[in-house]
Amino acid sequence: MSSATATAHREERAYHLPEEPHLHEGHSTMLGFWMYLMSDCLIFAILFATYAVLGGNYAGGPGPKDLFDLNLIALNTAMLLFSSITYGFAMLAMEKDRVSATQGWLLITLLFGGAFLFIELYEFSHLIHEGAGPTRSAFLSSFFTLVGTHGLHVTFGSIWLITLMVQVARKGLITANKRRLLCLSMFWHFLDVIWIGVFTFVYLMGMLR
Amino acid sequence: MTGTLTTTQMILGRLNWDAFPLHEPIVVATFAAVVLGGIAMIAALSYFRLWGYLWKEWFTSVDHKKIGIMYMVLGLVMFLRGFADAIMMRIQQAWAFNGSEGYLNAHHYDQIFTAHGVIMIFFVAMPFITGLMNYIVPLQIGARDVSFPFLNNFSFWMTAGGAVLVMMSLFVGEFAQTGWLAYPPLSGIDYSPATGVDYYIWALQVAGVGTTLSGINLIATIVKMRAPGMSLMKMPVFTWTSLCANVLIVASFPILTATLVLLSLDRYVGTNFFTNDFGGNPMMYVNLIWIWGHPEVYILILPLFGVFSEVTSTFSGKRLFGYTSMVYATCTIMVLSYLVWLHHFFTMGSGASVNSFFGITTMIISIPTGAKLFNWLFTMYRGKIRFELPMMWTVAFMLTFTIGGMTGVLLAVPPADFVLHNSLFLIAHFHNVIIGGVLFGLFAAINYWWPKAFGFKLNVFWGKVSFWCWNIGFWLAFGPLYVLGLMGVTRRLRVLDDPTLHPWFIVAAIGAAVIACGIGAMLIQFAVSIWKREEYKELSGDPWDGRTLEWATSSPPPDYNFAFTPVVYDGDTWTDMKKHGYQRPLSGYQPIHMPSNTGAGIILAGLATVCGFALIWYIWWLAGLSFVGIVGVAIGHTFNYKRDFYIPQDVVTRTEEERTRILASAGV
Repeated sequence: MSSATATAHREERAYHLPEEPHLHEGHSTMLGFWMYLMSDCLIFAILFATYAVLGGNYAGGPGPKDLFDLNLIALNTAMLLFSSITYGFAMLAMEKDRVSATQGWLLITLLFGGAFLFIELYEFSHLIHEGAGPTRSAFLSSFFTLVGTHGLHVTFGSIWLITLMVQVARKGLITANKRRLLCLSMFWHFLDVIWIGVFTFVYLMGMLR
Repeated sequence: MTGTLTTTQMILGRLNWDAFPLHEPIVVATFAAVVLGGIAMIAALSYFRLWGYLWKEWFTSVDHKKIGIMYMVLGLVMFLRGFADAIMMRIQQAWAFNGSEGYLNAHHYDQIFTAHGVIMIFFVAMPFITGLMNYIVPLQIGARDVSFPFLNNFSFWMTAGGAVLVMMSLFVGEFAQTGWLAYPPLSGIDYSPATGVDYYIWALQVAGVGTTLSGINLIATIVKMRAPGMSLMKMPVFTWTSLCANVLIVASFPILTATLVLLSLDRYVGTNFFTNDFGGNPMMYVNLIWIWGHPEVYILILPLFGVFSEVTSTFSGKRLFGYTSMVYATCTIMVLSYLVWLHHFFTMGSGASVNSFFGITTMIISIPTGAKLFNWLFTMYRGKIRFELPMMWTVAFMLTFTIGGMTGVLLAVPPADFVLHNSLFLIAHFHNVIIGGVLFGLFAAINYWWPKAFGFKLNVFWGKVSFWCWNIGFWLAFGPLYVLGLMGVTRRLRVLDDPTLHPWFIVAAIGAAVIACGIGAMLIQFAVSIWKREEYKELSGDPWDGRTLEWATSSPPPDYNFAFTPVVYDGDTWTDMKKHGYQRPLSGYQPIHMPSNTGAGIILAGLATVCGFALIWYIWWLAGLSFVGIVGVAIGHTFNYKRDFYIPQDVVTRTEEERTRILASAGV
């Protein structure tokens, strides 16, 4: 460091930019949103860890084998994975500035997301109806919290999706809207990744317990 | 909860007249004082027609400098509350001997020690360091604002909202009686059925959202908005330590959020995470909360390590010794802080190997910290040291913190910890590092950067009075606690019956009184300095012969910080500029792109606070309504696409010409 200053001595240095550098709007949004996603990921990490520690504590109640219906979960997983693919198509359409195609794919994504939520709620109500609600045992508490938190994220993602569809309808695919769609895209795929973890760790491995 | 709900219960939840602690004369008197003070303040603000000004220029401001100052004010106000709790505890413990019950009943005393811890960590230390980082970091990196200015305003108001909830618990209902980390099963619904723990949970959740978001914001700012030429290894050390502290915030506060969610599910829904039966595991909570809690203490201290580095280098008139090692030490501490959490409960019974692992990682942290201390000492070595107030606090820190660090290493030895666990020795240790490190650092920072923020220096005489009161008071107050801890006295005792311990507690109470004088002297210092601000005026913008970019602009800096974006060639940028005979440009000003103010932050945080209050009191309709309100306002805010404006060229020109005139008149 000292050698650099020694050689540069007495040489005329510009200590400021003569022109105002134009930081484009939303220059930090992607980085910031990534960090938000990672902080959210930590919340899921804690819920997974809690499930790992408490997931075997049935307290004399039902365990995963008694409760989980893998066919239903497979269907549910398919819904969410399809929604991720269709969101990808929406992004491709957005890149080509096709408003109606983007909106169409977003709508399909929303429908798949809605189907996922519907099936999840059906599963939950079924479990609670059978007396396997979140208060029954630590296993069920951590199960409902982990899966429910994911579902809550999908719910807010869907509200966000609807908001963005309205905004695209009103303003078109302007830069700000594209940036927002990209953020939601990351959020949506992130939830997909989390679900793969839930599916494997909670449901599939639960059947092996 | 019960089968039939009356109409009142539907409307007010469990809120009723019993919630107001009218039978506690201390609380009633405090309440009266607060109400009178509040009325007086509201009247004064209305009389001087300041509401519009406050709303337009401060509450809705997205200027990182104003938000920074608001954080500092919040921290100061809460500090007085937290200290009031401290002195009440010291009086109680000095009083309750020889059969006396003291003057506080158990119900009240337990709330006080809980509130003291919660307030000092979450609503004093956190706002202080966040405010400091908010104010200084963008200036040090030559930026105009932070990456997400609206989010910054929102984060501040969420923190303030959490503080409001804590303060409310003093007068409406009660606060937690569980200790500052609210371990279950004590904090579960069976043992804490009242509102105390709920106040705790929602105050921290509301404030925690703000903290996490401001962490993300500052990381993005430091990564993305540095002036051209400022590579990572040319960043000022304070910016480096802030970066690491914010990484810790983003990587640890979500854990707190998740843990408190689980605790609230146990309390509200009846789940069994941390209960004694149905497979719950209370130790799970203790692990989780400390996985957040240990990084938290480094979140508090790291930015202050940065402050000490800046101050030492400035007042020794030398480049910081071992800049690179300082950066690496900071990063090492950042990583290691995640590998030590179990040392808070060696006595849990994890077994010798687990305890050894965490004992050793804990001891290892003292190595990078020690490296830092040597760096500061070598910076001072053969420097032209000026013992101004910031430097005095820094030297006091070095002495105090080192002793605190050593008792910490002592506690890191598991067998020793088995004896000292939860004793007053522990209390003395962490006050030794938090007061000696965090508070002394803040005092150094306040004395150092006050002239930058307000354009006049602080009074030195009262600063010195405060300095000596704090230093002497600290050892009087906490020295005895080390001794008592070694004798086996545990923390949080309300009544003591061994008369031989009495003198130590009396000395500790005297120490607290001396500290109170230190705080008083500091308030007088602020008042005198504001009163005589013309006399202490600082026109150059660089009162200490500073070394980093914040001293290159005026004091206080204009809204846009720098008329032209600076270009950086050296770590000590401003020193480098001065050395090369840098001349302020006097023409060629351009319009400057800035974010616009918005009221969305304060409205959202206000709704979140109402929602928290409603959840605490089981006022479900209000909770639902305010939650819908939060979502609605948030969505509404996203429909606002116009979030920026340009400061016109002539305004910039006028501001800068005014500065040229001032500099000429001051002969600088």
